[in-house]
Parts: sequence; C-alpha cells; structure tokens
Amino acid sequence: MSVRARVIPCLDVANGRVVKGVNFVDLIDAGDPVEQARAYDAAGADELCFLDITASHEARGTILDVVRRTAEVCFMPLTVGGGVRGVDDARALLLAGADKVAVNSAAVSRPEVVSEIAERMGSQCVVASVDARRVAEGRWEVFTHGGRRETGIDAVEHALRLAALGAGELLVTSMDRDGTRDGYDLDLIRTIADRVTVPVVASGGVGKLDDLVAGIRDGHASAVLAASIFHFGEASIADAHAALAAAGIPVRS
Amino acid sequence: MSVALIDYGAGNLHSVHNALKAAGAEGLAITADPDAVAKADRIVLPGVGAFAACASGLRAIDGMVEALGQRVLGDGAPFLGVCVGMQLMADAGEELGTHAGLGWIAGTVRQLPPSPGVRVPHMGWNDVIPAVDHPLIEAGEAYFLHSFAFEGDALLATTEHGGPVTAAIGRDNLAGVQFHPEKSQRYGIALLERFLTWRP
Repeated sequence: MSVRARVIPCLDVANGRVVKGVNFVDLIDAGDPVEQARAYDAAGADELCFLDITASHEARGTILDVVRRTAEVCFMPLTVGGGVRGVDDARALLLAGADKVAVNSAAVSRPEVVSEIAERMGSQCVVASVDARRVAEGRWEVFTHGGRRETGIDAVEHALRLAALGAGELLVTSMDRDGTRDGYDLDLIRTIADRVTVPVVASGGVGKLDDLVAGIRDGHASAVLAASIFHFGEASIADAHAALAAAGIPVRS
Repeated sequence: MSVALIDYGAGNLHSVHNALKAAGAEGLAITADPDAVAKADRIVLPGVGAFAACASGLRAIDGMVEALGQRVLGDGAPFLGVCVGMQLMADAGEELGTHAGLGWIAGTVRQLPPSPGVRVPHMGWNDVIPAVDHPLIEAGEAYFLHSFAFEGDALLATTEHGGPVTAAIGRDNLAGVQFHPEKSQRYGIALLERFLTWRP
C-alpha cells in the first residue's frame, strides 16, 4: 500500500480549554484538551490538530502547557496553529512537543515567515494555512479574521507561493463552507492540490462521512480535517476510516 | 540500566523522551555530556529538521562524536537513531549541500523526488516492510515525516512511496528508523520496548 489518507480531528482551544471539541462521554474533564487528545489517540486518529484561538497575547503561554501535557501522554502527530508569528513561536511549540506548526495570518502579511521557519526547523514542520472565500467562478481570495476581512490576495497564488517558500503541507479551509456542513469546497481544494507537490489537507464544511471521501477522491487532498462531525459524536474515527476504505482509499488498518 | 538520549537541539527530543518513558525506560537521561554518553548502557539519537543543521549541532558539542563512536562502535552499546538521527549514521547527506554524517553505515541521504501521486514530504502513516529478520523491526504501520531518505547498505526495512524507501537500517548493535516511533502510537512504543531489552 501507499501512504495512508489521514483523518485529522481539530480542536479549538482558548485559554487552555477546549471551546469546540468532541463530546466523549467518559471524559473526566471534557474541557481539557489533553483529555480529548487522549480520547482521540485511543480512537486511532491519524493526527490531531489544536487551533489556539486565545485572543490575548498574555494567555499564549497556556497553549505551550497544553502541548507539553498532551505530548506526555499522546504518541500521535500533533499540529498546532493560531497565533504563530515567527520562528520563536514555532520553536517553542515544537520543543513543547508539537510536530508541525500552522502559520496563517502572519504568512498573509509576511509570506517569508514560512521560509524562515522551514530553514531553521525543516519544511516538514511548517503547515501553511490558507483561509479562502470564493469571489467568482474559479477564483478565491484569502480572508483573515475568521473569514470576515478580505485581503484581495488570490488564494491559489498565495498557497502556491507558500509552498514554494518551503511549507511542507498546505491546510486549505473554505470560509464559505466552514460551519455549513455542506462539504468541502472541492474545486478550491483540487485547484490547489493539483498545482503543488506537497500534501494538502482539506478543511471546512464536513457534515457527513461522504464529505471526507470526496475530499480525498475529488479534492485530491492527502488528509481530511473535521471538527463538528466528531464533536457531536455523529461519527467516530473508525467510521471515517471505514468510509474511506470502502471507497478504495488506503487508510490505517 | 542507563539510557542516554542525546540533546543537541533536536526538536523532537522531549517527544522521544516521553515515548521512552512510556516504553518503561529506566535510568533515562537527556544529556549533552560526552562523559555521560561514554558510560551509557543504551544510546538514542533523535532528530528532526535539516541534515546539515543536525550534523553541525552534534559536532558543536565538544567530544560528543568521539564519545558516541567509542561507546557505540568500540564498546558495542545498543544504539537507536530516529529520523534525522538515523540519517546521521550515513556517510553523507545531500540536504542544502553535501554534508558529512557519522559514516557508520555506507550510504547517502538524498531527496525524495516528487512524482504524480507521490507527494513530498512523505507525510503520514505507511507500512514498515522488514527486509530481514531483526529483533527490533516488525511489520506494521508507522508515522513518517521526511523529504530525504537513506540510500545505501544495511537495510532492515523499507516502505513504499513512489518505489521502495528506506524505513530502517542497522548492523550489529546499530539501528536507525526513518519513521517516528515516538509518534507511532502502539507500534512505536512497542519498538522502543524491544530496543530497551535488545541484546545484540
């Protein structure tokens, strides 16, 4: 077999607590990211993603503590995004136990931040995260601030540029689809995936297992990220793997 | 028993430390002290990032390469290299120019060429396919995260990514794995458990 399609649950974390995560019934503290990470580890998730949405700079240190405690008990790959501004932020997260850091807003205002981190810590640990909205047929623009602020930057060109600057992976989120449960923006995902040689993670809009399958099969993504279908307990990681396998996509046994 | 986990600035140091603890390592010490390495019963060399940066980080510790050579090649202490820690066992690496490795196993670390359907970095879970019978390496699925791969002698296992790619190398008391046992859940912890009781 070849490298497996990855199923990546994503947890939103603010001030060290999960604000959007999974409702595992047997958790002692459902708001503790480490507890949820453990549950996903046990459930066989292929990777885990923490998105730190802490608003204040003062509280940034809490994500490092979360990552450190997670790495003590979870032996699975961990990507951390949110608030990564430069090499120092990336290094701190990697030393705490993250395997990859996702860079988003900082790479909009200053794309070179991607090459700076890649040169110091290696391309394999830099995930370039692109939030895009469709502005016309076959054209998307980069949006920031949770999809509210337009930048006028072409999302596909931006993604290609970040890959050329050394990003080892692209996390592509459709802000049109995010939270809608209508499925990924497959045109967006595929347009980018077909033009880069690094892996692409599809994100934004998963409402059912078929959406995960479509992300890989039709979006040409290497990995599928989802939050709410796992969050509401509608599907397990095993369900996701089974759906992908049934479509002939290689997954972990 | 003492296990020395070499601290030369590698980013996955603490993850490997956590995994070795979970595998039941006793006398586990993170160390940048060549004297400690010279006395360790077992030695683990972690590593992520660029080959050159890791090689120069290791060489920057006065006496470390000599202590490693003496303890591992001279005294036969069991050694495990992880990811770039494995790649450093080679003669040379071709990441950002050609750089000398430890030269313990004949071979060179070269870039994986992307091709249609074969994305680089090679990122994710993939097969570990044993090439020989070896007490550490079992068939299974492990997590890979790399753009460069070893080409050379002493192959213990391969994986498949646009053709066979080296997954593990070794001879005598030396072993190295390209994948990340510290991130490979049960498969990885079990491999570390075998390393801790390995008597080559």
